[in-house]
Amino acid sequence: MLSARVRVALQVLPLALVLLVFFVVPIGFVVAVSFFHYDDFGIVPAFSPENYAAVLSEHLTLDLYLSTLRFAALVWFFTLIIGFWVAYFLVFHVRNQLVAIGLFLVCTVPFWTSNIIRMISWLPLLGKEGLINRGLIGLGVIHRPLEFLLFSDFSVVVSYVHLFTIFMIVPLFNSMSRIDRSLFEAASDAGTSRLQTVLFVVVPLVKSGIVLGSIFVITLVMGDFYVVRVMSGGSRASVVSAMFDDISVLLFPHAAANAVFLIIIVVLMVGLILRAVDVRRELVDQR
Amino acid sequence: MAGRGRIDLVGLFKRFPDGTVAVDGVNLAVEDGSYCCLLGPSGCGKTTILRMIAGHETPTDGEIVIGGENVVGQPPSRRGTAMMFQSYALFPHLTVRDNIAFSLRARGVGKAERYREADRVIEQVQLAALASRLPAQLSGGQQQRVALARAIVTKPRVLLLDEPLSALDEFLRLQMRSELRQMQRQLGITFIHVTHTQLEAVAVADQVVVMDRGRIEQSSSARGIYAEPKSAYVARFMGGQNVLSGAVAEAPGAVLRLGGPRGQHFLLAARERRPARGQTVYFSVRRDRVRLARWARDGAPPDNAVTGSVKAVEYQGTYVKVTLALAMAETAVNGADEFVVYVEEGGYFGDPLGVGDGVVASWEADEARLLAGGPAAGAPH
Repeated sequence: MLSARVRVALQVLPLALVLLVFFVVPIGFVVAVSFFHYDDFGIVPAFSPENYAAVLSEHLTLDLYLSTLRFAALVWFFTLIIGFWVAYFLVFHVRNQLVAIGLFLVCTVPFWTSNIIRMISWLPLLGKEGLINRGLIGLGVIHRPLEFLLFSDFSVVVSYVHLFTIFMIVPLFNSMSRIDRSLFEAASDAGTSRLQTVLFVVVPLVKSGIVLGSIFVITLVMGDFYVVRVMSGGSRASVVSAMFDDISVLLFPHAAANAVFLIIIVVLMVGLILRAVDVRRELVDQR
Repeated sequence: MAGRGRIDLVGLFKRFPDGTVAVDGVNLAVEDGSYCCLLGPSGCGKTTILRMIAGHETPTDGEIVIGGENVVGQPPSRRGTAMMFQSYALFPHLTVRDNIAFSLRARGVGKAERYREADRVIEQVQLAALASRLPAQLSGGQQQRVALARAIVTKPRVLLLDEPLSALDEFLRLQMRSELRQMQRQLGITFIHVTHTQLEAVAVADQVVVMDRGRIEQSSSARGIYAEPKSAYVARFMGGQNVLSGAVAEAPGAVLRLGGPRGQHFLLAARERRPARGQTVYFSVRRDRVRLARWARDGAPPDNAVTGSVKAVEYQGTYVKVTLALAMAETAVNGADEFVVYVEEGGYFGDPLGVGDGVVASWEADEARLLAGGPAAGAPH
């Protein structure tokens, strides 16, 4: 017989190995490279803070973060509003559970294809000669095509919202499904309006879902580099797309320092969100 | 205003979208300030009636009149009713105080005032020490008090209770039962309490309404329901009665003479009904109004008596429950072929019976009551 300690260790081992190989080692590698020295001739292993100094002193860094954070905030806002109502509709208004699950699967249909395709499919809709502009001109609402529709902040946000709303819907759908329906009757017995019921009962009870969805959406936007590239027509960059540029000219240490800095920022953001709502307590208490 | 809490249900009918008729033409009057119990097996429509009064369900047809006003179509909060839900439906994210103050919040009452009101009710249900706890941190009995407090904080004219005691253990159930009754007297408002427990209903209610398959079988005082059931269904459902049948042999005046299956006769008062000769009628005999004696002979039992052998003996503290397997199985329709007698404890142990002993169970003619209709299907306990 194995002792209890050994058995516990054996049970923990597989996951520990996976995390070590696929998480700790790559991150450690990135952290190590971020301290390397590089010049015109190549990369030299070293322990030098110069890459961090460069990242932190560049004006570009602040611009990139501000721009990415702005996208993150906008996308978070729209995915939250849309995701909340879609989940609300699916959970509380579709009476037949089979239909609700079917509609929920329909929400995931766009994910059966690649992100690139989903992004590119906006082009014929938003383009200068696209469906919207042609339609509006045809109706006589406008005379010249609207320029802001494509290759602009607008199209970037539309694309992000399209890609990421599902990540808000899933956790909200899950938290809403756990709400006891009799609470709605109790609320209407107490005389609440529909809006009051949502504000006083539903929102507080799906807080953990909102937090999880927000973390998904915000980290996805913070880590994106190609949506912003493609949908802004190359006129906008993000923190990660700048790293991509570094890497394409072999500036690995600079990119690594930037990556470590981004990880720290995102961890801080998630930490702040989790500080605002104790997800673990929410999940445990409501059972 | 007199009679604000009086409820009249007129021709109330409810058919669900799937076609099932839950409530089938119910007429009922509940006096203002009385405690009314809707009693019946699950699926008899009692909860649907309660939910229609509350406004959580819309009647297909009929009127719900509260205090002289038809409330069908009005939202729950406008009806002056409050509901206490079976699962309590407390808001899990709100403290006891906030749960109780919730309906005041919905009405736009300021924070200070609604907390003052909530604290007054919290005092009334003795929860002061727990006011800032969350529902998950309370026991079942405490949650129930919170649900009660939340329901009465708006001073409703009618309180609707959906199986309020079903989630509690036996001890708490008895305690809460008397607390509910006390609370009703104190508030002086109408209580409508749905339950499937007979003893619960007769213990608390002024008016007991026994229901079966969407219809009212009988509505009267607790004693009326228990001691004077009108139909075989009510007699069987309430327990405490044996239901027997016989064909009318002759009906001289106000007394019916029924022919028993083994040659004996059953005599009973005809009351308002006059069944025809030859018709099979049902009657009930209270279990605690029957004398038991040993009986070793074959042949016909005396009038107003049945014979059989002891099948089971259960000691119940104040009395002994003796179950007989009848010699003439077809006579009894109460639980197939059984006849139950409650024997006073002292008397029983003077000459205790053993399983298998032959006995005769007899009763006075005026203890037998003629019942309406035949034996209802299904066997409630």
